[in-house]
Amino acid sequence: MSKNSEYLIERENKQYEVIIGLEVHAQVTSESKLFSQSSTKFGAEPNTQVSLVDAAFPGMLPVINEFCIEQAIKTGIGLKAKINKKSVFDRKNYFYADLPQGYQISQYKYPIIGEGKVILDMPNGQKEIGIERLHLEQDAGKSIHDIDPNNTLVDLNRSGVALMEIVSKPDLRSPDEVNVYIKKLRSIMRYLGTCDGNMQEGSLRADVNVSVRLKGETEFGTRCEIKNVNSIKFMQMAIISEANRQIDLLEEGKEIDQETRLFDTKRNETRSMRSKEDAHDYRYFPDPDLLPLEISQELIEKIKSDIPELPDEKKKRFIDKFNLSPYEATILVSDIETSNFFEEVIKNSDVKLATNWITGELFAVLNEKNLEISQSPVSAKNLSKLINLIKDGTISGKIAKTVFEQMIDGDQDPLIIVKEKGLKQESDPKAIEELINKVIENNSDKVAEYKSGKDKLFGFFVGQAMKESKGKGNPQLINKILKEKLNG
Amino acid sequence: MSDITNQSLFELTSNIKEKRLSSEEITKAFINRAEKSKKLNVYITDNFEKAIDQSKKFDSNPNLDFKLPGIPIAVKDLFCTNGVRTTAGSKILNNFVPSYESTVTQNLWDQGAILLGKLNCDEFAMGSSNETSFFGNVQNPVGENLVPGGSSGGSSAAVAANLTPVTIGTDTGGSIRQPASFTGTVGLKPTYGSCSRYGIVAFASSLDQAGPMTKNVRDCSMLLEVISSFDQKDSTSIDYKRNNYSKELSKDIKGKKIGIPKEYRVDNMPEEIEQLWKNGISYAKDCGAEIIDISLPHTNYALPTYYIVAPAEASSNLARYDGVKYGFRSPGQNLIEMYEKTRSEGFGDEVKRRIMIGTYVLSSGYYDAYYLKAQKVRQLIKKDFDDAFSKVDAILTPSTPSSAFKIGEKTNDPVSMYLNDIFTVPINLAGLPGISIPAGKDKNNYPLGLQVIGKPFDEQNILNISYALEDKINFKNDISDWWLSE
Repeated sequence: MSKNSEYLIERENKQYEVIIGLEVHAQVTSESKLFSQSSTKFGAEPNTQVSLVDAAFPGMLPVINEFCIEQAIKTGIGLKAKINKKSVFDRKNYFYADLPQGYQISQYKYPIIGEGKVILDMPNGQKEIGIERLHLEQDAGKSIHDIDPNNTLVDLNRSGVALMEIVSKPDLRSPDEVNVYIKKLRSIMRYLGTCDGNMQEGSLRADVNVSVRLKGETEFGTRCEIKNVNSIKFMQMAIISEANRQIDLLEEGKEIDQETRLFDTKRNETRSMRSKEDAHDYRYFPDPDLLPLEISQELIEKIKSDIPELPDEKKKRFIDKFNLSPYEATILVSDIETSNFFEEVIKNSDVKLATNWITGELFAVLNEKNLEISQSPVSAKNLSKLINLIKDGTISGKIAKTVFEQMIDGDQDPLIIVKEKGLKQESDPKAIEELINKVIENNSDKVAEYKSGKDKLFGFFVGQAMKESKGKGNPQLINKILKEKLNG
Repeated sequence: MSDITNQSLFELTSNIKEKRLSSEEITKAFINRAEKSKKLNVYITDNFEKAIDQSKKFDSNPNLDFKLPGIPIAVKDLFCTNGVRTTAGSKILNNFVPSYESTVTQNLWDQGAILLGKLNCDEFAMGSSNETSFFGNVQNPVGENLVPGGSSGGSSAAVAANLTPVTIGTDTGGSIRQPASFTGTVGLKPTYGSCSRYGIVAFASSLDQAGPMTKNVRDCSMLLEVISSFDQKDSTSIDYKRNNYSKELSKDIKGKKIGIPKEYRVDNMPEEIEQLWKNGISYAKDCGAEIIDISLPHTNYALPTYYIVAPAEASSNLARYDGVKYGFRSPGQNLIEMYEKTRSEGFGDEVKRRIMIGTYVLSSGYYDAYYLKAQKVRQLIKKDFDDAFSKVDAILTPSTPSSAFKIGEKTNDPVSMYLNDIFTVPINLAGLPGISIPAGKDKNNYPLGLQVIGKPFDEQNILNISYALEDKINFKNDISDWWLSE
């Protein structure tokens, strides 16, 4: 990365670097939970998706949902990570009202996925972020403190839902990188169909580890972990606030305590949750109800053969095959729905125009209306029709914008709009010549000026001719014939 | 025909199949005897009314193809039974009624058996004398104020006292075999993974196994055949072809190699036990078996290993009893106070002791020294057996280092209580099948048992050896019915 893009926090003459590592909790896309057959559907009535296993009734035993294992392997492959053929489920023991077993089944020493990497496309080039590990674990239930004034209520619908904890190396250096990293992770998982990445529904949350050091230092500073931040914006705010807090302490000559902190979104500050001394002793040990998880090479190969083209590969193909700029390709592959839409449009239409129209007009509309591309008011089919109308000269780019505005209203067919409104471009040379003759006749004074050397007036004639054609005249033809008439 | 309740399972099923007895007659006979046997305190919860209804229903349309046709059976109160209170001998589950059935008990009902009731046991199966039960101690029918062993003490007493034809217990470190030995009955702990743990209140998951407790070896084979099954609901259940144990039962053990481990000659072992073992060896020889001296060098470490692994797992398994979801709750001002009060009042001393030991050995800083080391030793113990079984077909040892002791004799001395399991614990650690059969009596006329240990999944072999020895030993339990009331 070039120096001028470094994210540094300044204090008097000193510059501090911020070191960030993320533990992302991604909910595995799966119909049923990690160790039971209960549904994982979001938004159900409290405690309606709870099996005897999820509620930890006496004598109930966990049975691994193999689909979740395959999803984790798939994600591992997407992160170009090592798939561990043997991994172990451990019990993480602690008491809480929404943890029915009194322990969470997780993976401690032997995770299912080992080291991998994620490539970030930053404005000034690519950056590789290391993945330390990915492990599977159960989600807990939900404690609700604000319904009953005297009691805490517990909803176990989420209890036992499969999560992937994806731990990055401390390779992130700025809130921007965190933004791109989360989006990239989310994009990869959405391509793979292993996590829907829906942050509103809590499908993607992160614990953020932050430390600071003077620029040039090689040792890491003491880190603090900010627990359970559930949006990119809050992660960025928390990082900035926490880094500044740590720097302030250092500037005052104080030490930073290694601790777990919470981010208060209203006050935009982190506050201490528990110190290292108060840290839970989770008494991890291998869950004796589950045998070590063994994964065969056959299964890995089978999953590999089902892996779709991922963003990095797709981007390369878009650049190589369609001659897109890296910038355009990055935008188009960032979300699988966008890239699918793009590929659908270019099946039957010009790539360059499609790129411009999707990243230009369409994105503007989506932004304005706050829609996902999957909810696009204009279908890929009709957008490609519009592009073909431009390409074959039926309508001009300018008219196309008018047509597009109308298409938004109920995904109308551009062919019908053009026909009904008579927007078809006038491309008959005779008709054009006629209207140009008229313009020359009506502006003989200007013609004289032009001929005496006032070249700039050419634009004026084009404008008049366009006006005469009610905007439908083929601009290339108008130009060509005007030139012949005026210069001839 | 002898008294109904004296009959073995084999006799009762024959009598039902030959229509000499009805299920209702049999069920009522056992209930009638139970009504007069309250002094033994074997039942925590009876199911008598429903059992009679079910026996009538069976008789109205008897399916004689069943392996347990209309046979009433009481089970240890560690098996969850649908609609019938299941306490695990604990106050904390005093009011718990499951809405589901354990796989092992379901297997009984699927073969025509009828639930008589739930039998007393040590709290969460933690104990060797049935004295840790919240529902009081159980009397051994062998003699007044004698413990029936534990933790399946209600089960052993019920079989010995003819209150159930057979029963099922669970065995984590000897909880089937030791009480069988103390009551002159037969008890088998199958290979780990043979019987499903689904629906059994967990004590130590890597050691727990359900198994049959019966009057004789043939009944034991009949019951094992019914309860052993592969179950997808238990990830540690093993899918292998189970024998027709009763059909393949044979006294022909000629040429079988039986190992005698020298390490089981422990210090201060009573002369009577030594003699019992010698007798067993000579009977085995009489049957044509070959006796081979073997060594199980890590035997001494089995008990300490067990008392790390089992409490560690238990401390975690029992975390779910927190007053939040079901069972006993003692209200508090906040969550922590509720936990503390619920668990302080809901658990007994022995359970608390083991939770504390387990929590300690898993704590950071102690994990490697205790739990991890214990797991390594456990592998060595297992390897001892693997090595031994390359030379022999089965191993013969005493079941316990002593006969039944007096109620209260060891309650203040946990370590001496734990020593009861010295011969049975290694078998659980190694995941092997083991059976205890009555083999003699001590000077007080209290029964003593011998244990036959087999290779994994080789239950048929140890049943056959026991069947042959049983015939030679010809043990008679003289129980005087001293407790009966009118």
